[in-house]
Amino acid sequence: MAYSQRVGTTTYTFPNLKTLLARASPPRAGDRLAGIAAESAEENVAAKLALADVPLKTILAEPLVPYETDDVTRLILDTHDPRAFAPVAHMTVGAFREHLLSHATTPETLAALAPAVTPEMAAAVSKLMRNQDLVLAARKCRVVTAFRNTIGLPGTMAVRLQPNHPTDDAAGIMASIADGLMYGAGDAVIGINPATDSPDRIERLLRLLDDLIGRYRIPTQGCILGHVTTTLDLMAKGAPVDLVFQSIGGTEATNRSFGITLDLLREAREAALSLKRGTVGSNVMYFETGQGSALSADAHHGIDQQTCEARAYAVARAFDPLLVNSVVGFIGPEYLYDGKEILRAALEDHFCGKLMGLPMGVDVCYTNHAEADQDDMDVVLTTLAAAGVTYVMGIPGADDVMLGYQSTSFHDALYVREVFGLKRAPEFEAWLAGMGISDTDGRLLPASPTHALVADVHAAAGLPELPS
Amino acid sequence: MTGIARDPWQAMSSLTPARIAIGRTGASLPTREVLSFALSHARARDAVHARLDVEALAGHVQALGFDTILVASRATDRAIYLRRPDLGRRLDAASRDRLVAAMEGRTCDVAIVVGDGLSATAVAANAPALMEKLAPHVTRLGLVVGPVVIAEGARVALGDEVGETMGARLMIVLIGERPGLSAADSLGVYVTYAPRLGRTDAERNCISNVRAGGLAPEAAAASLAWLAEAALARRTTGVGLKDESGTGLAATGAGLELPPPSDA
Repeated sequence: MAYSQRVGTTTYTFPNLKTLLARASPPRAGDRLAGIAAESAEENVAAKLALADVPLKTILAEPLVPYETDDVTRLILDTHDPRAFAPVAHMTVGAFREHLLSHATTPETLAALAPAVTPEMAAAVSKLMRNQDLVLAARKCRVVTAFRNTIGLPGTMAVRLQPNHPTDDAAGIMASIADGLMYGAGDAVIGINPATDSPDRIERLLRLLDDLIGRYRIPTQGCILGHVTTTLDLMAKGAPVDLVFQSIGGTEATNRSFGITLDLLREAREAALSLKRGTVGSNVMYFETGQGSALSADAHHGIDQQTCEARAYAVARAFDPLLVNSVVGFIGPEYLYDGKEILRAALEDHFCGKLMGLPMGVDVCYTNHAEADQDDMDVVLTTLAAAGVTYVMGIPGADDVMLGYQSTSFHDALYVREVFGLKRAPEFEAWLAGMGISDTDGRLLPASPTHALVADVHAAAGLPELPS
Repeated sequence: MTGIARDPWQAMSSLTPARIAIGRTGASLPTREVLSFALSHARARDAVHARLDVEALAGHVQALGFDTILVASRATDRAIYLRRPDLGRRLDAASRDRLVAAMEGRTCDVAIVVGDGLSATAVAANAPALMEKLAPHVTRLGLVVGPVVIAEGARVALGDEVGETMGARLMIVLIGERPGLSAADSLGVYVTYAPRLGRTDAERNCISNVRAGGLAPEAAAASLAWLAEAALARRTTGVGLKDESGTGLAATGAGLELPPPSDA
């Protein structure tokens, strides 16, 4: 169905919903690269005006990729909850924005609404929202998940400790883990990106994390971010897998390019659940996403990159994940050109994920060929913390020496904790205090030169003994 | 400076290039670390935006006994190059004409492109040395190499059009990799059998991290020569051709045994 909007003496027409959504999207490099962005600033606003009048019901009735040819569309429509949808079923996209921001809409209202929100609805309404709207509405969403600790409680923010090493050297990884734990990071997960997807190496790293977590009884979970098929094989061999990781996208073809199907994710989740390794909860999946992946895989069907991204959250939602994060600035400037585009995308992704009921974190990051720097990341991090982001990354000095990009550091996490008074997952916060790393308020204590964590890594790596 | 909490695990810094044990003042970085990070980022940014001195590079390559030809992609400046990878994969019309003219009455087995990519710094620093170490392998294998194509505004896939235009059986692209914070001068090498427009990355082999402190030019040249010979013999590159030369960077990753628990 076609949409049109008159602005002054010009009438803009949009042949279908996906074109309307693309033209209404805030400007970004990837949509321009795909040739689907609005051709003028006025057309961009005309599309927003037209989109504001589209009923949510119409969005439900006009799938962007046909039901018959795309399993993500089938998942979205087959799992849509009409009862939860009833309170907003009469609304247009514009009215839906006002509903989300209204004082009458509470965290409870939004939690009940989550199963009724399709990715296309979330994406559509986000396109009418300013950055401050995305902060305020997301802040109202509460999503709590658990495995060995509880993530997403009000007033908390978690950190993924990301101790990557260029050659997966065990001592090097352990040094970064010790550094992060001593800085109070690691409650979301201790998650390593392996330099290669070799099963032997991933199994060694899994055992390394399992030993560490068991030895110090750390209330957190480990994850090696290999391909789901590798993790499945390792679980069958008895390897200690806490969380199953996978990168996912918003169309069947994107997921095919990642070498996955929904059935494969289902199988992996069941295998991980059967290990019963969680102590306070059983959310066993960890997903990463990012705007631009569908375009990069030539699997976007002419849909704008932000809407494709929201569709990935429908995939995530089907598997009750512990953690989901958008790796927002990793993909490069041909998709998100500069700090402004990265900030916008980060807020959109966080909002859409939260609205759909996901434990949404963001890898606040950039590459060296993007027009961005540490000041931009400070703004993105601070704004996301205001929006109630579930977790962010913690990388030594913000410099990932394996993946070659800049994310947030252990120090950055301390900074937002201080500004917003944010606590860690309660079980982890108590552990830090018990280990003498922080005081009972969660503030770091001066580090003991002979702390067991430090002494043990020293001994294991054959470094000179510490002065006692 | 006052108020800095030094991290007493500085010895662990020898275990990883990561920025560990950097200390803090309150929640924040020591001034020294803020500035050292800024310097690394500045160098990486300069590498991304640096222009390749094509004349100097051509001089180096000619001195090794190769003839050269200068071309440009359709990405006319750096800002367009970064936004439009599709334009960096195609030759501009004038370059294409020059290349056609240069190949008149001439054939080659192997075409070589040296392109700026995302780090002209990497190309200037490492491409001449790699070409020098490659030259004896070319002679040993009896390969006919076309004029070395020095390309501005190049993406890896620019080699597909260049190789097709030159009628080469094998395409070798030396190109500046995306600069990291700790290494802004990494050169990548891509090998594609039967180059033509539309080849995908799955149809290429790659040797990466050629730089001082990474893969040395001599080892990279040996690896590259092995790949070239194998690709021409097996008539394929990419997922169907695994590097068995044994000269690539060996990964470490041995296990680590923590001492018995002290029941802390």
